[in-house]
Amino acid sequence: MQILKAAMAGTLESSDVQVTLEPHEGENQVEVQSSVLAQYGRQIKDCVNDTLSSLDVNGVKVTVVDKGALECTIKARVQCAAYRAAGVESGYPWGGAIK
Amino acid sequence: MKNAVNRDIPQQVLDMGYEPFQGSNYKEAHQYKKAAPTVRMRPKQQDTKLLGSIREALKAVNFRDGMTVSFHHHFREGDYVVNLVMKEIVDMGFKDITIAASSLGQAHDPVAQYIEQGIVTGIQTSGIRGKMGEVVSHGKLKTPAILRSHGGRVRAIESGEVHIDVAFVGAPTSDCMGNARGKGGKSDCGVLGYAVVDSRYADNVVVITDCLVDFPNFPPSIEAVDVDYVVVVDEIGNPKKIASSAARYSTDPRDLLMAEYCAKVIEHTPYFKDGFSFQTGAGGPSLAANRFLEPLLVKHGIKMGWIIGGISRPAVDLLNKGLVECIIDTQDFDIAGIESVHSHPRHYEMSTSQYANPGNKSAFVNKLDYVILAALEVDVNFNVNVITGSDGVLRGAPGGHPDTAAGARCCIIVTPLVRGRMATICEEVVTITTPGENVDVLVTDYGIAVNPKRPDLLEALQKTNLPLRTIEELQQEAYAMVGTPDPLPFKERIVAIMEARDGTVLDVVRQIDPQGAAGE
Repeated sequence: MQILKAAMAGTLESSDVQVTLEPHEGENQVEVQSSVLAQYGRQIKDCVNDTLSSLDVNGVKVTVVDKGALECTIKARVQCAAYRAAGVESGYPWGGAIK
Repeated sequence: MKNAVNRDIPQQVLDMGYEPFQGSNYKEAHQYKKAAPTVRMRPKQQDTKLLGSIREALKAVNFRDGMTVSFHHHFREGDYVVNLVMKEIVDMGFKDITIAASSLGQAHDPVAQYIEQGIVTGIQTSGIRGKMGEVVSHGKLKTPAILRSHGGRVRAIESGEVHIDVAFVGAPTSDCMGNARGKGGKSDCGVLGYAVVDSRYADNVVVITDCLVDFPNFPPSIEAVDVDYVVVVDEIGNPKKIASSAARYSTDPRDLLMAEYCAKVIEHTPYFKDGFSFQTGAGGPSLAANRFLEPLLVKHGIKMGWIIGGISRPAVDLLNKGLVECIIDTQDFDIAGIESVHSHPRHYEMSTSQYANPGNKSAFVNKLDYVILAALEVDVNFNVNVITGSDGVLRGAPGGHPDTAAGARCCIIVTPLVRGRMATICEEVVTITTPGENVDVLVTDYGIAVNPKRPDLLEALQKTNLPLRTIEELQQEAYAMVGTPDPLPFKERIVAIMEARDGTVLDVVRQIDPQGAAGE
């Protein structure tokens, strides 16, 4: 998926996560702030990277501000931010672009 | 060395003279000689003990480097006394100070700076939160903080394990000789039970008030016979934060579900009979349990004998409706509690020793039937943590939790299965503050687990339609939802010692490693 512009998904409510995606030179870069960083920081980062891979998204900087979101929420917010950043408004590749 | 709750107690702690925890009743019938304060006699005629300022009081008690000062926490997050006194001690250039408080909170954030400056080198408390919790968790305090339950603190003072040089007792009212009460004035906090042991065992006792009343201020909580000096200041606290005006009735459906489960557990266990005794913590679901219990009392024609602990409106309502014979009060959380202790003839005040001290000849908690308590975490061995957050930082207070859990015939812990992404029911709690052997029933929004050591309670509850689960099932369900947490990144350095009620070591808290928590 081609990232065209910066885009955001999610809120800063408790149990949500705000994900911002921006075009970025080189490899994907993921920055995580989280209220549960010590216990789940690694897993949040893995979840973001896995979701980006499943959508075949490269060359992005991702800023994650997590308020204790569950993994399903993180995945959904990353997907949504990616579609918005890629200008995809229909025909979503549900389940990931790479099968 | 591994203790009885399977925590490794480092040699460094044993070298300080500590024994590892060996079970809640290890010290049963243990004999000891109580410590005693050094007292300055006053046989002469005396008009007043009033001094002009805290500074004058520090001079009068011959304050020196290395001293231990004590405070109570009846003013809760509205307290000004700790900061007023510590600022004066620091301004006068003293150092190497130990604070031995019944509890400390965010109101005492300025003390964090004195810890970082190396002026405050020891902390002994029940609660530690806010900036102080942060700096201690990051290893800035010179010696490990010592964390005790309310009862454990009284025991440690009476046995001489902690010796208080100067006790500063904030008092809503006092006369010029130091008869002090929780009643009256502009900072009315109801009772002063936490400070009683300080007044009797500290070498020097200074009462600090913002409302001087005529002699004698009777009946006093703190007696003039124990008081050296009285200082009047403008404000000892913020009344709005001392007592909240509105009872905090939870409307969260999850809280109410758990509260209803708690009430039903009580209804169907054998101690639910006329005259039973009861305590709840101040958490949302714990307090809400009172509401669900009330119709059950009426339905079965049962009246409680007594309620103890921190008191707020739900307990007062039961008293006024004639559903409990009396309240014996250690602390007041709201205006309803304060007004009741001042006006109701069967709402009494007691000292913390009488409430919870395992070192006396029987505290009230020893006769408690039910207690409902909250938790930050509970592990599969029913061990409870109420002191460290999921980030490993000190942000809580054992308070009366370990005391009431140990004493009560049926200790009910109520907590949601998960809080956000934090699994409340986990494989291993960060810090053990209450040993699992004292926990009988765990109530969560996803089901109720009975400690296998209580087959009698399990059998009783199996006759109900309550959703019974094993604690392992609850823990696995929590992890399935939020994922298995990574271990916290701790360094070697011990920043706090969690004492069991009897003074043995339940657990230690280690310095948190902020680099390790970067999610790498």
